Amino acid sequence: MSASATKITVATTWLDGCSGCHMSFLDMDERLVALAGQIDMVYSPLVDAKELPEQVDLGIIEGSVSNDDDFEKAKAFRKHCKFLISLGDCAVNGNVPAMRNAFKLDAVIERAYRENVDINPQIPTEGVPRLRQTVLPLHAVVPVDLYVPGCPPPADAIHFVLSELIAGRTPDSNELTRFGA
Amino acid sequence: MPLPTPASNVRVVTLRIDGQDLSAREDETIIEVCRENQIPIPSLCYLDGLSILGGCRLCLVELEGQNRLFAACSTRVAEGMHVITNTERLQRYRRTIVELLFAERNHVCSVCVSNGHCELQNLAQGCGVNHVHMPYRYHQYQVDSSHEMFRVDHNRCVLCTRCVRVCDEIEGAHTWDIMGRGSDCQVITDMARPWGDSTTCTSCGKCVQVCPTGALVKQGTSAGEMVKDQSFLPILARRRHQR
Ligand code: SF4
Ligand code: SF4
Ligand code: SF4
Repeated sequence: MSASATKITVATTWLDGCSGCHMSFLDMDERLVALAGQIDMVYSPLVDAKELPEQVDLGIIEGSVSNDDDFEKAKAFRKHCKFLISLGDCAVNGNVPAMRNAFKLDAVIERAYRENVDINPQIPTEGVPRLRQTVLPLHAVVPVDLYVPGCPPPADAIHFVLSELIAGRTPDSNELTRFGA
Repeated sequence: MPLPTPASNVRVVTLRIDGQDLSAREDETIIEVCRENQIPIPSLCYLDGLSILGGCRLCLVELEGQNRLFAACSTRVAEGMHVITNTERLQRYRRTIVELLFAERNHVCSVCVSNGHCELQNLAQGCGVNHVHMPYRYHQYQVDSSHEMFRVDHNRCVLCTRCVRVCDEIEGAHTWDIMGRGSDCQVITDMARPWGDSTTCTSCGKCVQVCPTGALVKQGTSAGEMVKDQSFLPILARRRHQR
């Protein structure tokens, strides 16, 4: 069997988050070289692919479900990925984006687009997805197979999880990360 | 500090905890014997030096021959007792309790002053809670920064009443109390007036140090900076009781 035939395909995306979890992914540094021999990144903000393939072995989602676009991406990942990881506190528990849930959505929009804006304050309606009433953790929207909390999860935790999955085991990253890590 | 000398008529009992034969004074509780023998039992409201509340139910244990569960902090040892501290069922209940605490108020660890030094956060990690099954309530709780040295953030409060007890039993000020019922429960200072207006608070800071979470903190601390020191408590408690 050629090396590429044994590679697992990986897709990642970020919803309402700061991209810190993807940065932590890159923080694996030289371990990425070894990893590149074992995984095929088929869709991600880190690569140039535009379409999520029909069949992906491993999906990794960073960020909470905050607008209609996040909702659609979460559904698409669940549909096309065999195994789905909820990565980081925003995906796992809503984290900072969910802090707006304690307020009414209209008040949040008003504050962000009008009250704090000096020049031409207006609420954008075109080209931006509609914000949903409540920010939700990923598993409130689609079933999740594995949770890796942390803000962000340390590179060691991400490396451990990927290595274990590649080896065919179910990882438990509890020792390496926690809420707020 | 030497322990207070036990009254001469206190007897010693023998009991088993997780298959281990142990002896203890008959006026001790299960949690005290476990802590003395390095048998881990999680707890939030229990704190050595304060009176027993039995409120958080994290220290539940099984007693052989009994169907219901017992809180290790409020159950005294007895001759021949057989305690089991870590069954599948207990682990499941503990995880559920921790998850409910996270779902009830707004705990955003990443921006919390107690991040990395929090008993609730440590409990979650210790019990294997890596997500919360139930829906979050997202209720808005208040923050009171009126005290010149301290702050109370009700979003982070787990209602363990450690602050209430330490202020009453050790400091003797009785500034704190509890108001409301169920999830509307909240700790209050004086007659629910701002902490800064309190006429009873001596600003000793004991409540802040015993608070297990980021609910009571020092002013001026930013994310992750609030480290607590509870080592004073057993020493002070013993001195008070020796009087
Ligand atoms: S009090 Fe503890 S559990 Fe709550 S947000 Fe702060 S660090 Fe997290
Ligand atoms: S600072 Fe001291 S006196 Fe004031 S509320 Fe806290 S424990 Fe009580
Ligand atoms: S403020 Fe802190 S010590 Fe007081 S009840 Fe809440 S969590 Fe416990």
